[in-house]
Amino acid sequence: MINTLGLIFISIGLSFDIIGCLGLVRLPNVYNRLQAAFKCVTIGTSNILLGVLLMEGFNSIGMKILVCAAFLIFTAPVAAHALLRGAHRSGVKMCKESIVDQYENVPIT
Amino acid sequence: MNFIHSEFVSRAFYIILLAAIMCLFRIIRGPSTADRVVAVHILGVMMVGICALLALSTGHSWYIDIGIAWGLQAFICILALSKNLEGKGIDD
Repeated sequence: MINTLGLIFISIGLSFDIIGCLGLVRLPNVYNRLQAAFKCVTIGTSNILLGVLLMEGFNSIGMKILVCAAFLIFTAPVAAHALLRGAHRSGVKMCKESIVDQYENVPIT
Repeated sequence: MNFIHSEFVSRAFYIILLAAIMCLFRIIRGPSTADRVVAVHILGVMMVGICALLALSTGHSWYIDIGIAWGLQAFICILALSKNLEGKGIDD
């Protein structure tokens, strides 16, 4: 029973991973690609880790997986924000269909 | 784990490797540098998932150590590269 539950979590994680990478290939702009890929792949990998934790129980693999999942969830927004700021400051243009860019007039500190 | 579960886990590697091929496509043919940096970090995060599945299928716990180290290295790498994209040095 607990093994089947773990397999269900691993399946959800795999589908999130594949959809995130599909967005990384198909979307038109670096900002859209970053938004699609970071959220989907972080949640997908966390679901895979949770499924492995359910299938293994609390032995040495399970405790290390808890540390790894907490590290992934806490560092993904920081990395995404830093990279988005760097990409905007380095002058990457938005795609033609974009309407407004409110971050454009913020003074550089 | 019985036979069905181990077969499922051994098939799950192919799906993650298909997603990794998509990331390699974006690394090779990204128009700007930021695209390549995004794709490299996404590839690193998915390798953590592959390390967890390897630990599940073989039973060795040191694969998770490789996963933690890989995630930490990808985080430090993306912070340094975003500083470099912003036009600053590493230490200011």
